[in-house]
Amino acid sequence: MRPFAYERATSVEDALARHGDGALYLGGGTNLVDLMRLGVEEPSRLVDVTHLPYDQIQLKPDGGLVIGATVSNSDLAADRTVREGHPVLAQAVLAGASGQIRNLATVGGNLLQRTRCSYFQDASKPCNKRDPGSGCPAREGEHHNLAILGHSEACVATHPSDMAVALAALDAEVQVQGRAGERSIPFEDFHRLPGGEPQRDTTLAPGELVTAVEVPPLEMPSRYRKVRERASFAFALVSIAAALRVEDGRVEDVRIALGGVAHKPWRARRAEDALRGAPATEESFLRAAEAELDTAEPLRDNAYKVPLARNLIVRTLIELGEGT
Amino acid sequence: MTDRLESREKVTGEARYAAEYPVEGVAYAAAVQAGVGRGEVVSVGTDEASRLPGVLAVLSCENAPRLNGVDDGELALFQSRKVSYRGQFVAAVVAETLETAREAARLVRVDYRSEPPDVRLGADRPDLYEPGSVNPGFPADTGKGDPDGAFARSAVRVDATYTTPAEHNNPMEPHATIALWDEDGTLTLYDSNQGSSIVQTTLAKVFGLDKDRVRVVAPHVGGGFGAKGTPRPNAVLAAMAARAAGRPVKFAVPRQQMFATTGYRTPTIQRVRLGADADGRLNAILHDAIGQTSVVREFAEQTATPTRVMYRAEHRRTSHRLVRLNVPTPSWMRAPGETPGMFALESAMDELAVAAGIDPVELRVRNDTDRDPESGVPFSSRNLVACLREGAGRFGWAARDPEPGVRRQGRRLLGTGVAAATYPAYMQPNRATARAEPDGTFTVRIAAADIGTGARTALTLIAAEALKADLDRVRVEIGDSAFPRASVAGGSAGTSSWGTAVVRACEALLGRMNGTVPPGGLEASADTGDEVKGREEYARHAFGAQFADVEVDVDTGEVRVRRMLGVFAAGRIINPKTARSQFIGGMTMGLGMALLEESVMDAEFGDYLTRDLAQYHVPACADVRDIDAVWVEESDPHLNPMGTKGIGEIGIVGAAAAVANAVHHATGVRVRDLPITPSRLLPEL
Repeated sequence: MRPFAYERATSVEDALARHGDGALYLGGGTNLVDLMRLGVEEPSRLVDVTHLPYDQIQLKPDGGLVIGATVSNSDLAADRTVREGHPVLAQAVLAGASGQIRNLATVGGNLLQRTRCSYFQDASKPCNKRDPGSGCPAREGEHHNLAILGHSEACVATHPSDMAVALAALDAEVQVQGRAGERSIPFEDFHRLPGGEPQRDTTLAPGELVTAVEVPPLEMPSRYRKVRERASFAFALVSIAAALRVEDGRVEDVRIALGGVAHKPWRARRAEDALRGAPATEESFLRAAEAELDTAEPLRDNAYKVPLARNLIVRTLIELGEGT
Repeated sequence: MTDRLESREKVTGEARYAAEYPVEGVAYAAAVQAGVGRGEVVSVGTDEASRLPGVLAVLSCENAPRLNGVDDGELALFQSRKVSYRGQFVAAVVAETLETAREAARLVRVDYRSEPPDVRLGADRPDLYEPGSVNPGFPADTGKGDPDGAFARSAVRVDATYTTPAEHNNPMEPHATIALWDEDGTLTLYDSNQGSSIVQTTLAKVFGLDKDRVRVVAPHVGGGFGAKGTPRPNAVLAAMAARAAGRPVKFAVPRQQMFATTGYRTPTIQRVRLGADADGRLNAILHDAIGQTSVVREFAEQTATPTRVMYRAEHRRTSHRLVRLNVPTPSWMRAPGETPGMFALESAMDELAVAAGIDPVELRVRNDTDRDPESGVPFSSRNLVACLREGAGRFGWAARDPEPGVRRQGRRLLGTGVAAATYPAYMQPNRATARAEPDGTFTVRIAAADIGTGARTALTLIAAEALKADLDRVRVEIGDSAFPRASVAGGSAGTSSWGTAVVRACEALLGRMNGTVPPGGLEASADTGDEVKGREEYARHAFGAQFADVEVDVDTGEVRVRRMLGVFAAGRIINPKTARSQFIGGMTMGLGMALLEESVMDAEFGDYLTRDLAQYHVPACADVRDIDAVWVEESDPHLNPMGTKGIGEIGIVGAAAAVANAVHHATGVRVRDLPITPSRLLPEL
């Protein structure tokens, strides 16, 4: 590991002032420190932001939430207002990592965790995400668990977070603070598709610090389901965060986001559009899933994700519709 | 039911593992791995690394001391410029701190002349060859009768090819060594291994030392599964680095580096042909296995050997072929040979049961034999049928509807499967001493290894019984090459092999005691070399039956094992408590083999991409719902004084086939390529 300085930020202004010259913000460190050990991240300085006053979950009068960036994943999943008002979020967080990691991991850090693509994690190999322009061996190599949607010639990596998939479905907004001031980024615009610049995971400007995530109220049943080979402590092959409101047999409102399929949590807008106002039947769900997945471009070894995502969408919506 | 004797030391952290010894002035080593899959080191640039404050030495092919060659080419560290596989150690740094060593290792600049590595195992390769023998010394090929003709003429036939991926041992404790050179040239190694005597002998040869000038200490070992059965490069590297630095050196192999440097189970391609009459009686058994080895060392996994002893059939053939690739050298991994081999054979038996319309338990019973089917030598004991019957009863097999793919619980398909298991009952020559102390206690010493199996406890029970003494008066000391020479903790032979030496030493001691113990104590020793050589001719094997109950999600192809039961006939069980742990540990590992474990070879770069436990999946607690192991009483007088067969490995044998057979029963889909993942299963559902 390359030598680095460690500093603890005392305020958001202090954090912003300490950023720059190869510095990185440090949350729980459950991904960043691993990447430093692997030689993938080589910050000159870590600015620890875990002591900043963003460790609260506030329930707003309308039922929405403001989740501070340093709230631990364990605290988020255990929070009663979250479990009652936004069960999909609690379920997604609990589906991720292990108890030990959730205790340490923070909401802000979770949003910024980086892909688990084997080539990205191995500094001895080319990777456009790690070393722009060096190539993408995953395209022809091992990509069994990589993207089927929205990928590019440059990168086929997937975003690993479960929590972010739920936040994508929830129309969350990410509050950030930079030297230019505060701003709010709609969740769908926070993570990027790879395009020609896969090294940029998010639309954060240099030095911008995530301070909170705002989640609007959710007035419909929701759930998170994650498919994986191992029953715990594994990244998703495909996951889904979904919410559905049915009135008089018709889909009144629906939210669908998929994990494990793209460079970012994938909001399934095409499926949602196909469903709004449609009869809440298995047939509609299937048509909607297929509308979404029509745009899928599976690679040599990950075509199984297409029927897997389709089945997950259909089955999860059926169960939400039945209230089971 | 005896608790593990060292359990308190282990849970309180008092038990020391190799890298934990407090050694004054210790320095740290970090290794540099080859960045190409095949070629030559042109130059090693060390300037930048050497300039880092705290760096004590940089070792590579350009300056490493000459070592003596031994059988295992993996130990010829930095002795040539040749790169045989990606990830091979090509240089190392010694520094004041681990962090400095790692950073300096990153700064070592190795330039290569490289060629594309040849890493593809395939049944169609023209360079497959027949090894002289397969592990641990069996003929590569055997045959009897006219297997091809008999198979062609059989009423019911199965002809299927099964594959198993490369799988990596992942003991909790990594391979680790602290090496110290005394002023008089004596080498001491605190080393995590499965046999301190073997490490002692090999390291003495490598460094050209008299055996007595090497001491290997390993009283506690955090797992091995075969990966620590032979000395690995870490021990040589630590010793070389300590000499170069003039200080003790500690080297623990990081998990990522273990995947290239500490051995793994070869991937296999196995074609099995079974020919039977309409009643399922086997007439022809053909098992042709292909595996890989490296260009550094030949390791020939004995994949088809269990097929030589399992079932009666007049016409039979087994064969092994290897190909040398630019890959890390495969090595032992829990029940090498039996584990992949029995996955193939017992899957094929299930396919035969389906084809013949015979219950899979009944099919196996019908093909039982009381003699080794190849040699005609009688089994010393063989209770396969008892295991199958006992297991079927306990598991509730009788109610099983053989029709595949018809039992549903919501969105889940349910199924059950069975597979047989076998593992040889080996015995190795050993030495031990037993001392009577004046205070009425006894001390038994043997250089055995307890890699978490409960060996220390079992040996203490064996010694106490032989001495007719209470357990708390007997102390067994192991894990030190200064103790009488012992065989490796491998081949499920530890308890039988070490135990026999312990019994003989204790018997010799009792014979000399005459009731009184002199103030200096009284000692007797034993060497079981002649006893092992003089054993009568019997086929000695443990047997077992594995049952699995699975659920398969029809939407996702996820497989979860609801219940597993193993019934074993493995001679006398010395300590039921640790024995059960061994069995269910083996079964859990088999569950992982069936559903999770797979080391993925990168065809372009030539290394294994799965390099940590986030990518290489072993079962976690949530995967292990209900696993039980029981055993049938077996009294076999042809084994050893304890009547033991060994239990470390048979628990994994057959477990993967039982799960795969249950998946077929649940879904009607036969997955012949492990592991059974959603990516393989879902498209077929």
